[in-house]
Amino acid sequence: MKTLEQVKDELKNYDGKPIKIMEVCGTHTGSIFKNGIRSLLSPKIQLISGPGCPVCVTSSSYIDRLVELSRLEKHCVLTFGDMMKVKGSEYSLTEAKAIGGNVQILYSPLLAIQKAMDDQDTQYIFAAVGFETTTPIYALMMDEILNKNINNLKLLTSLKTIVPALTFICENEEGIDAFLSPGHVSAVIGSNAYQTLREQYKKPFVIAGFEGEHILAAVYEIVSQIKSGDCQVKNMYPSVVTEDGNYKAQKLVDQYFESTDDYWRGIGVIEGSALSLREQYRDYDAGSVGRIQEEKQPIGCRCTDVILGRIQPIECPLFKKVCSPLSAVGSCMVSSEGACGIWYKNI
Amino acid sequence: MKIDMSYGSGGKQTGNLINDIFLKHFDNKTLNKLEDAAVLNVSGNIAYTTDSFVVTPLFFRGGDIGKLAICGTVNDLSMMGAVPKYLTAGFIIEEGAEIETIDTIAQSMAQAAMEAGVKIVAGDTKVIEGKGGIYINTSGIGEIIKPGISISNCHEGDVIILSGYLGEHHAAILSSRMGIENSIASDCAPLSSIVKSLIDENINVRCMRDVTRGGLATVLNEAAEHSGCAIEICEEDIPVSKEVQGFCDILGLDPLYMANEGKMIAVVPVQEADKALGIIRDNKYGKNAAVIGRMMGGKGVILKTRLQGTRSIDVLYGEGLPRIC
Amino acid sequence: MNMCVAVPGKIIEINGDFAKVNIMNNITQVNIKLVSTKVGDYVLVHAGVVIEVMKKDMAEEIILMFSELQEDADEDARASKR
Repeated sequence: MKTLEQVKDELKNYDGKPIKIMEVCGTHTGSIFKNGIRSLLSPKIQLISGPGCPVCVTSSSYIDRLVELSRLEKHCVLTFGDMMKVKGSEYSLTEAKAIGGNVQILYSPLLAIQKAMDDQDTQYIFAAVGFETTTPIYALMMDEILNKNINNLKLLTSLKTIVPALTFICENEEGIDAFLSPGHVSAVIGSNAYQTLREQYKKPFVIAGFEGEHILAAVYEIVSQIKSGDCQVKNMYPSVVTEDGNYKAQKLVDQYFESTDDYWRGIGVIEGSALSLREQYRDYDAGSVGRIQEEKQPIGCRCTDVILGRIQPIECPLFKKVCSPLSAVGSCMVSSEGACGIWYKNI
Repeated sequence: MKIDMSYGSGGKQTGNLINDIFLKHFDNKTLNKLEDAAVLNVSGNIAYTTDSFVVTPLFFRGGDIGKLAICGTVNDLSMMGAVPKYLTAGFIIEEGAEIETIDTIAQSMAQAAMEAGVKIVAGDTKVIEGKGGIYINTSGIGEIIKPGISISNCHEGDVIILSGYLGEHHAAILSSRMGIENSIASDCAPLSSIVKSLIDENINVRCMRDVTRGGLATVLNEAAEHSGCAIEICEEDIPVSKEVQGFCDILGLDPLYMANEGKMIAVVPVQEADKALGIIRDNKYGKNAAVIGRMMGGKGVILKTRLQGTRSIDVLYGEGLPRIC
Repeated sequence: MNMCVAVPGKIIEINGDFAKVNIMNNITQVNIKLVSTKVGDYVLVHAGVVIEVMKKDMAEEIILMFSELQEDADEDARASKR
């Protein structure tokens, strides 16, 4: 049996051809820093961040719509904390609040149900952002809204799906040898979700948990596969990830949401990469659908290149010089899961 | 009974508030004179500081806004090698606040002041429109008994001692807000007795800092920057209780960045580290003290992770929730 | 709220669609509609909702993971000899 020390030793001393591994989950980005993983790897093994930060890839016009809603009389925007600082074309939600907008932070979307029931004079809008880990929770929310006949709670959705994003990257980006797949998204969608990608693009997809040991073992597995010319989908988080994922969650999501195209901030439109409320539930949508439009990025901002794994955050000329968490140019710096924000606080 | 605007007018009702609550609990010769200013006798150099307290909720497991207001200022003075002596207390009270609440807070302040050996010698009360909120400012004077203690005084090779578990105050406040049940209590406490013991036993303390908003990470960065050193700390040596760690895991928080109200770091020469650690551990507020790292050449703060990787630790940026102290 | 921040806890009480979960002595109320679970199960909690029931202990899993790595390396060695 390989010990942790043996694995660490082999990864530190790896001297084969350079390997570039993309991790596509903001929580993985954070965990990699938290455990000091990069310092344990050979310089020939590179971990790069991908589009795994749902807040970072949310369009500027989405924020604008939230700001607009927050400033309407008898309206209140409910959101997760890390949406607060991302800028729209003019304001962030924090700034909207400072000029009188009604915005509240919630830990869980389901708390919005009680809020709406307790105050029926206010129209509540939940900023429904996330990947597949969080989307089932919004589906649960829709269940509650319908069962309890709540008519003062709507969703503004920016729900992204990971496989179309990975497909986009595999199609358009070169030089990525393998993917560290997100642990909890995979718990919902199942490890089989990556099989088509593996077959088409012939790259390893290894699903990892979030402890340091999980990540080291996953990197080791990727290096082993590449050394032997292999490319498999390997589930290294079997305590929570199965081949088919969480069927109940998938079914509930499918009941309320359908696949649509969406604009990814810094990337552009990716086909079939979002989930939007189905036609029959559009009354509960606060204006999410039909918002797709190209947006210009701030001058000099290289969030696009960071999100697509072309550069590391430190290679952006604005990084730490002009762009910082307190005065962010791009969305990657401002979100708690953005690659630039995480790098800034950890290097 | 509720406070209304008349309590702030300076007339009879203000007088009643002062007599029936503040004088009753804070009772001392200087304050009882109710002059326009307190006349005090102090010797040598003094340390002088102020802080304001706006925490909600007002009462939480392990403390309340009053206890915080006393301990916060007492601790700031102590960190400079001073013996805290005299405090002032200014209250801004929103109409609608209950008189009983103010009485309970004042009683708590009196108890904390007694434990810390300080007298509250001057005060002020204002009443404003609002919904029953209470805000307190305290300022304090201490007599310096060990000069030269400073954040810029640390040397390469010095050892860093942390006086106990991280994150308890922050977690206690957030737990009640988030509806998470646990037994985490705020660590709100006066650190003056720990400091006095270190000085009385002739420990050559370079610098001390209480670990409040911004957390340990922010304080260590300040020490590294002002002393022109690097700091290396070990993740496995940093005391965090299992319960606080679980709480942090639920909300995605990092104990290194969480606020404390009864924890400090002491930076001491390496040859005195064992003795200093023993002194702190002998104190009831330092039972879980630990050596967490050392000052080195270079710059920045580096953490050695559990897996023996390295991670650079920066100051807190803009996060942390409002009104935790 | 992070995309993937989810933490393991133990179900200690169930009340219909809700359960009380113990996460290192922090007790919190969670929604269990997305899973089939029972008291005593270890579950993964994300934003107040249980998204998965854990099939094995995480410490156990890490041990198993490392033992499987060895098997892969051995297989590679055997394959290259053929």
